Amino acid sequence: MSRVPEVTPGRALPAATLVRMPAPRAESAPDFPGVQLHIVTGKGGTGKSTVSAALALALASRGNTVLLCEVEGRQGIAQLFDVPPLPYEERRVARGTTGAGDVYALAIDAESALLEYLDMYYRLGRAGKALDRFGVVEFATTIAPGVRDVLLTGKVYEAANRNRRNKGAREYDAIVLDAPPTGRISQFLNVNTELAGLAKVGPIKSQADVVMKLLRSSRTAIHLVTVLEEMPVQETGDGIAELRGAELPVGGVIVNMVRPQDLDAAERAALLDGTVDREALVASLEKAGISADDELVDGLLEEGHDHAERRQLEDTQRALVEQLGAPTYELPLLPGGVDLAGLYELAEALCEEGLG
Amino acid sequence: MTPRAATHQSSRATARVGPLVATHEPKQLLDVDALLDDRSRGIIVCCGSGGVGKTTTSAALALRAAERGRRVVVLTIDPARRLAQSMGIEALDNTPRPVPGVKGKGGGSLDAMMLDMKRTFDEVVQSQASPEKAEQILKNPFYIAVSSSFAGTQEYMAMEKLGQLDKDAQHTGRWDLIVVDTPPSRSALDFLDAPERLSSFLDGKFMKLLLAPARGPARLMTAGFGMVTNAITKIIGAQVLQDMKAFVAAFDTLFGGFRQRALRTFELLQDRRTAFVVVAAPEPDALREAAYFVERLRAEQMPLAGLVVNRVSSKPSGDLTAHAAMTGVEQLRTSGEDHGLAAGLLRLHADRLTVVEREKRLTRRFGTSHPDVPTAVLPALSTDVHDLDGLRRIGDLLGAQVDHRPARRRADQAG
Repeated sequence: MSRVPEVTPGRALPAATLVRMPAPRAESAPDFPGVQLHIVTGKGGTGKSTVSAALALALASRGNTVLLCEVEGRQGIAQLFDVPPLPYEERRVARGTTGAGDVYALAIDAESALLEYLDMYYRLGRAGKALDRFGVVEFATTIAPGVRDVLLTGKVYEAANRNRRNKGAREYDAIVLDAPPTGRISQFLNVNTELAGLAKVGPIKSQADVVMKLLRSSRTAIHLVTVLEEMPVQETGDGIAELRGAELPVGGVIVNMVRPQDLDAAERAALLDGTVDREALVASLEKAGISADDELVDGLLEEGHDHAERRQLEDTQRALVEQLGAPTYELPLLPGGVDLAGLYELAEALCEEGLG
Repeated sequence: MTPRAATHQSSRATARVGPLVATHEPKQLLDVDALLDDRSRGIIVCCGSGGVGKTTTSAALALRAAERGRRVVVLTIDPARRLAQSMGIEALDNTPRPVPGVKGKGGGSLDAMMLDMKRTFDEVVQSQASPEKAEQILKNPFYIAVSSSFAGTQEYMAMEKLGQLDKDAQHTGRWDLIVVDTPPSRSALDFLDAPERLSSFLDGKFMKLLLAPARGPARLMTAGFGMVTNAITKIIGAQVLQDMKAFVAAFDTLFGGFRQRALRTFELLQDRRTAFVVVAAPEPDALREAAYFVERLRAEQMPLAGLVVNRVSSKPSGDLTAHAAMTGVEQLRTSGEDHGLAAGLLRLHADRLTVVEREKRLTRRFGTSHPDVPTAVLPALSTDVHDLDGLRRIGDLLGAQVDHRPARRRADQAG
């Protein structure tokens, strides 16, 4: 395709950081057709917020209007898109051009969600304020187990099923939720069970029921972000088992920060056993215009050895990931860190791999 | 605004404490061995955001302290399976057990335990209430939900367990150092806020409202009261309200005890016997969390020992720049011959230098805004840590931060 549109983030972005986006295509997400709600989880430090943002951009590049939500009060989206902290309000953070959709972002906090819910469904007005004064809002959002999660997921549900109560609200083709980490994801999404011992009937219970119905439906996919290290991979496996046990739909496994694949298997093997043809290497380096003294060659060989060792571990972990029974996607490690340009590169990679 | 939101936001919005201009004083190094050998320190708390290697760092500190002669117990929250196995704490039974294979010198020893949050909570209830009352509470559906899933229970119970271990240590003399790992919270600050949050909740108006009889002379005479109970019933349903009232009524006599404990834990954390080690990785999020934490500890007057930055890429030897390496790669590419290995190694070298440069920039930024925080920098290892030898390696790296040779020899060498 020849037309390459650009996606312009909401504000304050120097022109130099604009990155080319893949041309828009008319499908939501090739590997997950029919999925409207993409939930992204992952162990701390694996980059789930980055992946969520990249996925939102990728989906938007196909012409979708996308909402990117965060629920942990970290303001991660604002930092990634380099915009001021997000309020409890859907704000556009990236605008697509020619055929691409927009990305809106929303930082959901339980208190605001509760007050909005009360207002929308009970028209509480003064009583809502009184609830706050009596510490009920605090109780419901911090102490009452499960209620907080119902409120957070309930807001996501509301965004996915806009109704008359929320007049003039925007309809989204896709919603990406930057969810709590893998260790807590099943508990977070399984709002029903969490409340089961608590509320067997009543409005909260019915609210949990409709949320649960969406989360368990084919409109939802839960993606897990991992890196190729022992503990995150193990946690990903545990997370998938738990999600499946709770009948929640597992989407893909996104392997993040994959090391560059510059050396082939034979080269890595030689580096590991120390059988590299040193003279040939020196000759190549000279050819590259680099004066290859012993220190430099030793240094390069040591770096190569470390890399080969790490790659070996990665391969072991990759084999484990492939046995998890979910489609996998790989994103490269960005040596310069994740800035806006990096984010767009990751979005492009997700598009190419068919997730976004 | 709710107290939780208040503490959270205010802690992030507090005015920055520290120098207002960059100073060029030499960066302070964290002297880990001095910290571990200091007999006046009885508690080391490791905290930081998720995924930075807190558990490994706390286990490595505990092992090193034990092998330097301290009698140590380490409280871990959620260790990797293989690490837990190698430390002999596969069973989540809330009991400290000796770690096999520790080469304790001079009476040093290491016990380890994994936190069982529900059991800890149950034990607190049992220790505070009469047997009948305890049973009543333990069976209440609302209690079951709070003790197993209240956001913050894990943090609170970690602190509670610390208090218990400390009491035990003082009483029996079984340990002279407690090393605590903190839960992988959304934010590193959560565990500091949890006790406060719980006690402010127990003190709160809502509790009083639940405890107030629905009718009769003692009824709370406030304007919003009827409206509020109606609203609650409408939203959560009468049955939940009933369970909550039963729970609160049964728990009522224990509240004082809980508040006291929360307060004591907080005081323990402020005590000079305690030292905080903030753990981070050279990533923007982790360092930002670490900065919040350092500032918060200062504000709460809690003793900060220093910062450990884990998994820092080490600078490769030689002076080949990233740019020169990439120019070389380009030259090889256009030569038309196969120089796969050389090109690959040069690309790796360039990437590595880029990573090193970025990490250095990030840590330096932290150092500039917090120049008086002693810091230890640990290189990334090319293999995972899951046994005592791995922990020892980390311990050695932690101990090797400060050059313990006499100052004069150092000066001679520098000159």
